[in-house]
Amino acid sequence: MLLIYCPNCLEYREEEEFSYGGEAHIARPLNPETLSDAQWADYLFFRTNPRGIHHEMWYHATGCRRYFNATRNTVTYEILETYQVGTQPQITGTEA
Amino acid sequence: MRQLNRLLAAGRTDQNKVLNFTFNGKDYQGVAGDTLASALLANGIDVVGRSFKYARPRGIFGHGPEEPNAIMQIGSGASTIPNLKATQVELYEGLEAASVNGWPSVNFDIMGLIGAFGRLMPPGFYYKTFMYPKKLWMTYEHFIRKAAGLGSSPVESDPDSYEKLNQHCDVLVVGAGPAGLVAAREAARTGARVIIADEQSEFGGSLLASTQLIDGLSATQWVADITKELGAFSNVQRLPRSTVFGYYDHNFLAILERRTDHLGISAPSGPRQCMHRVRAAQVVLATGAFERPLVFAHNDIPGVMLASSVSTYVNRYGVAPGNRLVLAVTNDNAYQTAIDWYHTGRTVVAVVDSRTAPNGVLVEQVRALGIQILEGHGLIEAVGSKRVRKALVAPINEAGSEVTGSVQSLVCDLIASSGGWSAAIHLSSHTGAKPVWDASVVSFRPGESKQQERSAGACKGTFGVLDGLIEGANAGAEAAKLAGFGEGQVQFPTPLIDQIIEQPQQALFLVPHSKTTSRAPSQFVDFQLDVSAAGIELAVLEGFESVEHVKRYTALGFGTDQGKLGNINGMAILAKALGQGIAETGTTIFRPSYTPTTFGAIAGRDINHLFDPERYTAMHRWHVDSGAEFENVGQWKRPWYFPQVNETMQQAVDREGLAVRNSVGILDATTLGKIDIQGPDAAEFITRMYTNSYLKLAPGKCRYGVMLKEDGMIFDDGVCACLSENHYLMFTTTGGAAGVLSWLELWQQTEWPELQVYFTSVTDHWATATVTGPNARKVIAKVCQDIDLASESFGFMDWREGTVSGVAARVFRISFTGELSYEVNVPAHYGRYIWEQLIEAGAEFNITPYGTETMHVLRAEKGFIIVGQDTDGSMTPADMNMDWVVGKNKAFSFIGKRSLERSDSVRENRKQLVGLKTLDPSAVLPEGAQVVNDPNQPIPMSMQGHVTSSYYSASLGHSIALAVIKGGLSRMGDTIHCPAADGSSIAAEIVSSVFYDPTGARQND
Repeated sequence: MLLIYCPNCLEYREEEEFSYGGEAHIARPLNPETLSDAQWADYLFFRTNPRGIHHEMWYHATGCRRYFNATRNTVTYEILETYQVGTQPQITGTEA
Repeated sequence: MRQLNRLLAAGRTDQNKVLNFTFNGKDYQGVAGDTLASALLANGIDVVGRSFKYARPRGIFGHGPEEPNAIMQIGSGASTIPNLKATQVELYEGLEAASVNGWPSVNFDIMGLIGAFGRLMPPGFYYKTFMYPKKLWMTYEHFIRKAAGLGSSPVESDPDSYEKLNQHCDVLVVGAGPAGLVAAREAARTGARVIIADEQSEFGGSLLASTQLIDGLSATQWVADITKELGAFSNVQRLPRSTVFGYYDHNFLAILERRTDHLGISAPSGPRQCMHRVRAAQVVLATGAFERPLVFAHNDIPGVMLASSVSTYVNRYGVAPGNRLVLAVTNDNAYQTAIDWYHTGRTVVAVVDSRTAPNGVLVEQVRALGIQILEGHGLIEAVGSKRVRKALVAPINEAGSEVTGSVQSLVCDLIASSGGWSAAIHLSSHTGAKPVWDASVVSFRPGESKQQERSAGACKGTFGVLDGLIEGANAGAEAAKLAGFGEGQVQFPTPLIDQIIEQPQQALFLVPHSKTTSRAPSQFVDFQLDVSAAGIELAVLEGFESVEHVKRYTALGFGTDQGKLGNINGMAILAKALGQGIAETGTTIFRPSYTPTTFGAIAGRDINHLFDPERYTAMHRWHVDSGAEFENVGQWKRPWYFPQVNETMQQAVDREGLAVRNSVGILDATTLGKIDIQGPDAAEFITRMYTNSYLKLAPGKCRYGVMLKEDGMIFDDGVCACLSENHYLMFTTTGGAAGVLSWLELWQQTEWPELQVYFTSVTDHWATATVTGPNARKVIAKVCQDIDLASESFGFMDWREGTVSGVAARVFRISFTGELSYEVNVPAHYGRYIWEQLIEAGAEFNITPYGTETMHVLRAEKGFIIVGQDTDGSMTPADMNMDWVVGKNKAFSFIGKRSLERSDSVRENRKQLVGLKTLDPSAVLPEGAQVVNDPNQPIPMSMQGHVTSSYYSASLGHSIALAVIKGGLSRMGDTIHCPAADGSSIAAEIVSSVFYDPTGARQND
């Protein structure tokens, strides 16, 4: 049961209000048709799945219904920051 | 019945309040304040159960959650609870208890026969023996379960209610022993909101059995005073009988409060148990420690107990569980048990100390009482069958690894042992903190904190009471400060208590025997699952090295006590067998729950009709009144069919379907998802989401679309209508509505925020009645005068705004039956009114309400797919023979388009949607049936695909089915077979998936 700060509602809310949206910062290729099957598959299926710092999308489904990004340590489940879609994380790297 | 072990000194019990109870069908008496265990001991009950594997007789061993043997079924009937530890069950008048393990009775040795062959049951025995043949496992398991006894669940529904409570606090203190009590007091005085929870019936922890004075008061009086002091704080919540059983992420902890279990099997009033779900800013863990028994031969005979348990029964419950005590120790601390026993007036035969020349304070006190101390000795074996009769002791070397002299026999009926204490690090371990072995205290300590918590007192490896009090007070002040209260300074003076200086203990776990471990009589490590020291050594010989593997192979710690008693001994024996230290061997990970938790408390009120929300349409009451049978579609209750008197489901569905085909029917289609989409970029956005284009869809027009996931697989389908410029209404499947809305929001918010488009779920705003059949136009014409219903002006896939029976309505010419159809949408609160108006208007045409089953048959006759039934997340539009719905020339590469060109999406032999017509027209294929070419092919047959939808079609007069078959579209006319589990097989011909009106003339009428 995580406690998550919604950067849109500006408060901490219980995990059950949110749903997970997968890895963040994966831009959809602008011209999918020009990509090889391998390149397209890389966009479609392959994720970094790191041990440590992970930037991921969350969706405040029963709140403001906004997607946002979170930087979470996948080992400790610590959420180090949350930030708006379209902005960059303050915390980067691989280890907490 | 005489309680022959009841002492005059009552401890914390009230001997004037006698309570009657039964154990295995016999009547006994205990007193108020007893646990079931203390009452059984008072009555001289030796055997309380049988062990899991060898069915050896077992007696009460401990006094708390570490108890491995006294596992009870409490009560009977609907409220019965299995697998409670007698040491944790408070006695009440009329309590019924029975051993869970001991079929057919604890004193009868049916499995004792197996016990005699104990050496034939090494670790991994069940894996090695009962795995083959596989199909017999169920038989074996039934027998093993019955003989081993795992308790039985009630078969009736639980008459009690349970609560869940969400709470926030600044400081949660877990455990109300000395450290926890002072921690709570320090936190409380800062004004922080404090919760202090303890699993026992009263606060005090180890002090409840202590003979020490604190601040000049008896320990129990000091506890009573500070408990009262805490009660005076309005910011403190005291929770006795409350087990903190799980420590989860972000300082979320779960507490099970047993509110009425001590009053009777069923709650006299109010909820029986309450689950507190607590989000704490800071946590103080003060959960104490478990005493570690010594491992010696036949250490499982009834009459062998923990030293601290003997003291607890004497001091707290006024019960002396025997007459002649032999105490085996490795430390000073346990000498207190000899002193306590001495004062009962019963005999201390000897203290057997593994150390040479012990001379601590307690040791000298015992010596002064004239009690024999056998120094440098080990208690190597207990003798007896259903009760200890003798203890075999022998001198051992300084390392505690071998017997060095002759064996001596001591006559006794009670053996108490202590190998030191193990900190209760469970909750800190739940957070992922890795326990650290500390040889100086011969215990694991909690690892570095991963969350906002700190441990204090015995659970941190600080075993002295005075040190624990100091640590607890500091922890409470620190936790409060970090939660934003106080300065972090301890306010109250340290309670005055004698500090007993102890000499170093010896790190001894397994007491050596004259024979080698593999030859010696069983030296039990885990009593519940009969894991012996020899078993652990054998596991190492067989190649197991990791503690996690050995645990699983031997089942060490797998019982309901979760190894609270035996795990550390097991680790130590394993470490020795591997020739390494305990620190390198490590410990297994503790996980929630700390002790078993009832399902009732976990479920709380979320049962029966509150388990999941139910959604009803505005017409629901009409359906109920009309005798509809209902089907769950997502959370919606939809009419399944409307049986008339004495009608079977098939007869009803036949009648409803024929009515639609021949005259007119009416369907409640309210549940279809509806999303209102607006904005200057709405058309562009919708076109990116669907496979086809909406850029040129004019107001008044509708279009059917299929939505793909980015992998090219069908995800949802439905009609989208253009309401006006920049304003659309998207229909989704009933079950897919929420997912589609999230999907649209995902793409708009994260990928194309520059598109100006807004989504609102309007599913609940509208009620929808679908009027369908050749007479549909005549029915609508009677209630709607302001829409020109002529086909030329209001054609198929058009929609119009108008007035139906005086109510503003949107009418869509969409058809899921293949017949002329009008979907009448009105604001939801007019739903029932419009429904009744349409029923009345259709009366002359015998308008027939139909449900989802008939809807399914009618659409299958037309070959219309249902997403999620005919598709399964691995189907492209081409697989569904729906290439026509894919806009190949759209400017924007819509979601999923690129994936349609992936090599796997274009490979030959993909499963494709076809129709199946059984050679026997009345045979209906089972949905999900596998399709093969040759039913006589030996198993495993070559699978060709499977049946996705199958019905009997009354209007066609034969059964129909939809199936996905490899390369099916190029196999028209082939005969395939659907073999059933009973050996029979149904043959069918592959045909077009459109069985009825292939040109669409009827829906276009």
